[in-house]
Amino acid sequence: MKYLKTEIMVGIFMLLGIIAACVLALQVAGLVLNSKAELYTVYAKFENIGSLRLRAPVRIGGVAIGRVTAINLDGESLTPVVSIGIEKKFDKISSESKASIQTSGIIGEQYIAITPGFYDEDLGTTYLKNGDFIADTGSAVILEDLISKFVFNSSQDSSKADESAKSSDTESTKE
Amino acid sequence: MTELLGVLGRYALKKISSLGRSTIIFLHSIIAIPNLKKSFPLLVNQIYFVGVQSIIIILVSGLFIGMVLGLQGFNILKDFMATGSLGTLVALSIIRELGPVVTALLYAGRAGSALTAEIGQLKASEQLSAMEMMAVDPLRRIIAPRFWAGLISMPILSLLFCLIGIYGGKLVGVDWLGIDDGIFWSGMQASVDVMEDLGPMVIKAAVFGFVCTWIALFNGYDCRPTSEGISRATTATVVQSSLAVLGLDFILTALMF
Repeated sequence: MKYLKTEIMVGIFMLLGIIAACVLALQVAGLVLNSKAELYTVYAKFENIGSLRLRAPVRIGGVAIGRVTAINLDGESLTPVVSIGIEKKFDKISSESKASIQTSGIIGEQYIAITPGFYDEDLGTTYLKNGDFIADTGSAVILEDLISKFVFNSSQDSSKADESAKSSDTESTKE
Repeated sequence: MTELLGVLGRYALKKISSLGRSTIIFLHSIIAIPNLKKSFPLLVNQIYFVGVQSIIIILVSGLFIGMVLGLQGFNILKDFMATGSLGTLVALSIIRELGPVVTALLYAGRAGSALTAEIGQLKASEQLSAMEMMAVDPLRRIIAPRFWAGLISMPILSLLFCLIGIYGGKLVGVDWLGIDDGIFWSGMQASVDVMEDLGPMVIKAAVFGFVCTWIALFNGYDCRPTSEGISRATTATVVQSSLAVLGLDFILTALMF
């Protein structure tokens, strides 16, 4: 069957559109086709999760091994509980490992870093499995808190002198 | 006083009735799609006209907008030692806003005005009336295929715009100014999401295609059948489409992002 030139051009146009969509999805958005890797979930309680978001990466030594699947607040203790999905092939993580919330760069995205702990059957440590809690956690470092601490501490000494001067000022105005 | 009220009333009625007519035209033309066998060749022709023939202008402007973004972004990010974020900057600004909006503006200028002029000319030379005489519904035969062609073409054009724009930014940032290739792409991939960025982009583009085509077709169909009327309708198409696109863009962005 013979096709008109217009039809072929429109066919090319459509094909270009599909190719553009695929390239945008794969190259630009970084869509990974086998992202349905099987996960097992462990939980970790943190004091403060900072600005950790859903789907944030979970890393051991910088290598992504899973992602944050849910963030909830424990109703009784009022502490955040983070569900961490870890790929099934990484099943040799000791229960003594530490999970801490870290930031990539100074103002970058936050992620969960797992520092592997020791493994010794005699001491009763096990590998993490589905539903376990990671006991040892480190909260997010919040930049604003750090800054305010720093500013407060450094200005404390000099402000004492100012305060005494100010208070004498206010007293004099009251009179 | 009555004079003033009369002027106001007539103006309002005129606007409302034109809105009503445009809705009727729109409904007629989307009802016409079930007759696929007959209207398919017409649709192909129209996609060729509004889509394929717009590719060149879309690609060239997309490339240059991407390159300009890359250059300006680099100059500013350099001051903060953050040139690694250039990929993110270029990709997000193109995909979220510039891609669909600039494509729609170009589309309104390139295809919308042509549609209005063509239909206005058909009307002025009484070809639309002639079709009605032959019991051919001009809404089905003329309006409907053009409408669907616009709706189909805009997302594709917009995707092409985004793609070439990002590669334009890459050309300037990576190949000319020397940002690392891996950092450029990985930063982009970490921040662009298929469902959160690309999906809304395609939806935006489709909405813009719908609005621009609708405005163009209605202005053509409703124009005064003189050469002056056609020129006015063409101008109105470009002005109204541009305003509608820019206004809708804000609303869609507020709704989706």
